[in-house]
Amino acid sequence: MRVGLFIPCYMDAFEPEVGVATLELLERLGCTVEYPVDQTCCGQPMTNTGCHQDAAAAEALFVKNFSGYEFIVAPSGSCVHQVRVNMTAIEQTPEVRAVRERTFELTEFIHDILKVSEFPWARFPHKIGLHYNCNSLRGINLASPSEIKAVPFSKPRALLEKVAGVEFVEPARWDECCGFGGTFSVFEPAVSVKMGQDKKFMHIARILNGAPA
Amino acid sequence: MSLDPTITQPAPVLHPEVIGDRFEGAKDAEGRPLVHAEGTSKPIRARTPHEPQPRGARDRGNRPVDQIEAAERFIAATEHEKAHDERLWDMRLRRDKAAHALPEWEDMRALASQIKEHALANLDTYLGQFEAAAKANGVVVHWAADAAEHNRIVHQLLKDRGAKSLIKSKSMLTDECGFRAYMAGVGIEVIETDLGERIQQLDHEEPAHVIGPAIHKTREDVAEVFARTLGSDPTDTDIPHLASVQREATRPLILKADAGMTGCNFAVAETGTVVVCTNEGNADLSANTPPLHIASIGIEKIIPRFEHLAVFLRLLARNAIGTPMTQYTSHFRAPRAGAELHYVIVDNGRSERLGLKEFWTSLKCIRCGACMNTCPVYRRSGGLSYGATYSGPIGIILDPTLNRRKYSSLPFSSTLNGSCTNVCPVKINIHEQIFAWRKVMSEEHRLPFVKSEMMKVLGYVLARPALYRAALGAADEALRLLPHFVLANSLNTWTNKGRDMPEAPTQTFHGWWREHRGQTRKSP
Repeated sequence: MRVGLFIPCYMDAFEPEVGVATLELLERLGCTVEYPVDQTCCGQPMTNTGCHQDAAAAEALFVKNFSGYEFIVAPSGSCVHQVRVNMTAIEQTPEVRAVRERTFELTEFIHDILKVSEFPWARFPHKIGLHYNCNSLRGINLASPSEIKAVPFSKPRALLEKVAGVEFVEPARWDECCGFGGTFSVFEPAVSVKMGQDKKFMHIARILNGAPA
Repeated sequence: MSLDPTITQPAPVLHPEVIGDRFEGAKDAEGRPLVHAEGTSKPIRARTPHEPQPRGARDRGNRPVDQIEAAERFIAATEHEKAHDERLWDMRLRRDKAAHALPEWEDMRALASQIKEHALANLDTYLGQFEAAAKANGVVVHWAADAAEHNRIVHQLLKDRGAKSLIKSKSMLTDECGFRAYMAGVGIEVIETDLGERIQQLDHEEPAHVIGPAIHKTREDVAEVFARTLGSDPTDTDIPHLASVQREATRPLILKADAGMTGCNFAVAETGTVVVCTNEGNADLSANTPPLHIASIGIEKIIPRFEHLAVFLRLLARNAIGTPMTQYTSHFRAPRAGAELHYVIVDNGRSERLGLKEFWTSLKCIRCGACMNTCPVYRRSGGLSYGATYSGPIGIILDPTLNRRKYSSLPFSSTLNGSCTNVCPVKINIHEQIFAWRKVMSEEHRLPFVKSEMMKVLGYVLARPALYRAALGAADEALRLLPHFVLANSLNTWTNKGRDMPEAPTQTFHGWWREHRGQTRKSP
């Protein structure tokens, strides 16, 4: 299975190890992974700021880089949400539509496409609190959000449950937004910082201090 | 502290068998339960000094509201922010519990949405039906194209009857019309009968939340307002005491008022009925005490049939505060004997909104406030930071239809997390409309210069791989340029607001790939 790997701009610069881990995981699961080196960004910062026309060229470049791959995988729910739902500043040719339909977030790709259900080689003996990016949760439905009355599900959690040693801890307000919100964090710093701090403290309270949920 | 000095004993309990020996509340000297709040009141001393209440967005006239600045001040008032956030989050949790207890919850949301969309798509027909049914019931119906006409109509009704004072239950529509300010200008006294709205009126503030107008205030703030306006003890912050102080002061005004006014939660086309939902019974006071009842009704309040009401009543209180029903659900259909009932049906921009392809479904809103309760930005910035009648997620999508320029900045006061959409009882795609409003504001050149320029530069660089790589730092080694690139140089808000720049690693993923995976493949 030939997979084009998209590494989001912030991850490329700040968290390259996540990119490396994604690559190695996909390879271990049998994918042939290629990283088109001319990739930049999915266009999300401009689109979410309302400047769709300013995103058009970045969107066209994304399509140029990833056209022809059977699947495009990114370890980022919000970038996948942008591609799948909001990449509309460019003409919707069959090529563009194909790229948009074939783009998957890493955990949904493993869960829905590769359908891997065992990770016998993996072990992670730690307590973990899962935080979902809001676009993953409410935009591309990687898990069921707390507001909706539905049979709960979580694709990332379903995968992690197969990893030996993982113990899940649920912080209070487990699916409240972290406050990042892309350019929101730049333009509305006070609220963004407060939300980030609250999120952090709620995880700390549950995971490190064992506070009741 | 009974209003009527001749009543010295508490009223008999209606269902003593329910209380029995298990009654654990306060009792009088004879051991009978005290049934009113004042019976249990004990002074609670205000903490001194306590944190002053942060005020809302500064008045900038018609210039864009600076929600960000007001939010910063709200967050700086840490006690207020914490209490506000926790109180509203608690309402969200109560909502979840009540909503998720009903197996048919999501189906009811879908049904409510369909009923509202159908009613809006056939609004002319149903408004006609409503008017005809109301007239047949003896109601006088008036039509107001905008806020000014609404205010004029009501004023004329009062003037013709020599009315000098008006008691009014909570109505967002009248707030939208600037009704209190208008009435003050023509010398008619308006007395709000909803406790929260009355607090806000006494404090000269707009409602901060559609169902909890004073939810941003602490008990100390309320004690301070009542001390200033009603002459109560500023150091007694016991809530039953504060409630009774207000009641003692307002009841005489209610009893002698010349006219009463209510809003409308649902206007039933089939029967011509106006349904008003409250938890304080204040709509009933406003409607039933004076000889004249005026109901202000937004045209979008229409539902076709009486049977549809059940769907909305089951959703409304559960979604708002987690109770099965509001304490009072009052149906007004015809004037009382010897009294008058008037409906003022108001457009005020709603027809225009109905014509907006991406935004017309915002008219489905039933004003439950759940989107505010769940909104992480609203909870941390307070309703008054939006500087508009409607705040929070629903405000962000309604306000620009009332004043495009003034509210052009509001769609950016959101993280687009989507929780508002999921709690909406009538399934308005709120966060998608917020997103769509951003596009409108950008296309109409209403973004601040620095923001639009930043996006132009970003869009230009991100479309050019070589330039992008150069901006990240030569040869993927030191990424020292990155912070400046990310923040477009001029906007260094990142590190001076309680954050550090993340330590940039010495190599990007791109650099790692080139080093470890040898040849750089071009796109296929």
